[in-house]
Amino acid sequence: MNSTTINTINANSLLQDFDLFTDLYGKQTNYFQEIRKFSADKFNVLGIPTQKNEEWKYLNLSPLFKNDFRSVSHTQAFEIDAASAKQFHLCGENAIVFVIENGRLNRAASNVKTLPKGLSIGTLAELADDARVQKHFAQHADAITEPFVALNTAMSFDAMIVLLDEKIKINETIQFAFVTNTNQENISVPIRVLVIAEKHSECTVVESYHTLNEQHKVFVNAVSEVVVGEEARVHYAKIQIESENTFHINYHQVNQAKNSYQHITSLSLGASLLRNNLHIQLDGENCTTYLNGLYVLSGTQVMDNHTLVDHAMPNCYSNELYKGMIDDKSQGIFNGKIFVRKDAQKTNAYQSNKNILLSNDASINTKPQLEIFADDVKCSHGATTGQIDEEALFYLRSRGIAEPEARALLNHAFAAAVINQVESELLKESLLLLLSRKLRVMEEV
Amino acid sequence: MLTIKDLKASVDGKEILKGLNLEVKAGEVHAIMGPNGSGKSTLASVLAGRSEYEVNGGTVTFEGQDLLDMKPEDRARAGVFLAFQYPVEIPGVSNANFLKTAVNEVRKSRGQEILDSKDFLVMMKERMKLVEMDKAMTQRSVNEGFSGGEKKRNEIFQMAMLEPKLSILDETDSGLDIDALRIVSNGVNALRDGKRAFIVITHYQRLLDYIVPDFVHVLYKGRIVKSGTKKLALELEEKGYDWIKEEAEALNA
Ligand SMILES: Nc1ncnc2c1ncn2[C@@H]1O[C@H](COP(=O)(O)OP(=O)(O)OP(=O)(O)O)[C@@H](O)[C@H]1O
Ligand SMILES: [Mg+2]
Repeated sequence: MNSTTINTINANSLLQDFDLFTDLYGKQTNYFQEIRKFSADKFNVLGIPTQKNEEWKYLNLSPLFKNDFRSVSHTQAFEIDAASAKQFHLCGENAIVFVIENGRLNRAASNVKTLPKGLSIGTLAELADDARVQKHFAQHADAITEPFVALNTAMSFDAMIVLLDEKIKINETIQFAFVTNTNQENISVPIRVLVIAEKHSECTVVESYHTLNEQHKVFVNAVSEVVVGEEARVHYAKIQIESENTFHINYHQVNQAKNSYQHITSLSLGASLLRNNLHIQLDGENCTTYLNGLYVLSGTQVMDNHTLVDHAMPNCYSNELYKGMIDDKSQGIFNGKIFVRKDAQKTNAYQSNKNILLSNDASINTKPQLEIFADDVKCSHGATTGQIDEEALFYLRSRGIAEPEARALLNHAFAAAVINQVESELLKESLLLLLSRKLRVMEEV
Repeated sequence: MLTIKDLKASVDGKEILKGLNLEVKAGEVHAIMGPNGSGKSTLASVLAGRSEYEVNGGTVTFEGQDLLDMKPEDRARAGVFLAFQYPVEIPGVSNANFLKTAVNEVRKSRGQEILDSKDFLVMMKERMKLVEMDKAMTQRSVNEGFSGGEKKRNEIFQMAMLEPKLSILDETDSGLDIDALRIVSNGVNALRDGKRAFIVITHYQRLLDYIVPDFVHVLYKGRIVKSGTKKLALELEEKGYDWIKEEAEALNA
């Protein structure tokens, strides 16, 4: 048995509902069924990684997969309606909001008027015949070596697809609200997204992750693929506010063509165990890419951010800022890789990871990893871990602000610096509100 | 208003204030001068309640209350204000936001009405004028990227907003150009109403032309070794500290 994976019997059990859906994709069923089978086989071989695997060193998955997770029901009636879905809206009234309840698109709860010309959004079943979908679906996220990508590819059903035609600019934010809402224990929910922004197009996409029925253990496994065409601009946000009973592993793969721009903000507040994998592939010259992340942990939460920016081509710019606030007995992990390949001359790559530990029992493992094979590059990285700035705290108190409020002000300022980089004002406001809410709860405990 | 008796304080186990006495009455302006490292900022820090400084003896009474027993925020609410020698930068906290919170905390504790955004803005505009402060500065993060002079001006602006009973200015004049010096002094003088008191720490008698003190004290090696009127400041300007040091050493011997 391979010692870097957990007993394959457990891995197998995650595939036990594989045959529940074999005819979802109409004419294209055979094509996608092949992909599914291939991925299922891969997952069987890969199994669930142990801590002996360098990429999973600080994250112990074995307690999690002692549970026998079953696939979420494909037939359970929807409970969320348009009115109750409002609680998930984060991007204002004009946003195009799709509600995906337990991994299935709930149209009745979604807030979608007629889509603007040049924009198609639908499930994989609905858009399976589009040549672009076949070209890109499951072609970028790595199902060969990443077990959870393989698992997701085998088990996801209502993948959400966004197709943005050439030169189309969409002002309204597209939001996918992924809501887990189950009354059963040990349910696994696969979530899948594919965004294709063709040449010269521009859009803003938000993925938000929520839980309605908070007391049940669920395993959310999400994979997103984002294809940014030449000169295209994609603004992205991933908002994680799931319940304390949620285990969440996601892969976000971005492929950028030349002269494109990408900006992603990742806000992690929820889940008991969270692993974010973000991989940005710069496959064309003159790309610009921003990765901003904020993780705020309390209680016994564990959050692991693994990022990779792969500079494969010359003249690209990447800038990464990840910040963490870690309280109580929680555990934060940051691993940021930057590859600069041999051909990627004139690369500018910056990375910064800053953490505040709010309690003596909180911990952070941070590891920047730069692998540079080109000689004419500008790269910098830095990681800091500290406590609250005592000088600043005294300054605020000396002006009459009580210690708890002064601490709250400073904590909020530290964290808000990430959110303030979000371009959409409406989204920024929502995120600041979510942050304040979490910080307030943390202060009360 | 403020009575300091035989105050002894240390930092990192090193005794810095070694039995300091000072009495400040309502309406008075006291200037404190003294060589570098004599303990002036230490005195200011102890009065403001900085926790690194350990009080080893003596008492400080502010309007009948034991000041040393109060938290820094409670001292501020009671009406003590320290303009820092080195104001800290606080990225991400906007000046205006911070001040609104502070002003309302202080007002609440005085039983004054809380200011809503509109009233606060009106007050802010008026006081900004007083210290000729730019509107853009209030929207920036507290002191972040401010020049030395701007930081000092911001301290006086905060003082003007908080309307303290006792203001301690720690070298607010150092690093100021001639115009800024006048502006800052105007800010202080505007608050002088016969009831508010000021402790002005400075190295230069020039400031005392603008803010005319009732008393001038010399702090040396953790004690006030000489007190006098404005004339003393002029004398120091002329003769330096050597004669004071000699006097003090002679007394100690
Ligand atoms: N945190 C500290 N740790 C160690 N020594 C300190 C600390 N703070 C002050 N001191 C020492 O205490 C003494 C008095 O310092 P203080 O800052 O009060 O002097 P000062 O009179 O304000 O001087 P200046 O005119 O230069 O501002 C100095 O010798 C200084 O080095
Ligand atoms: Mg000093």
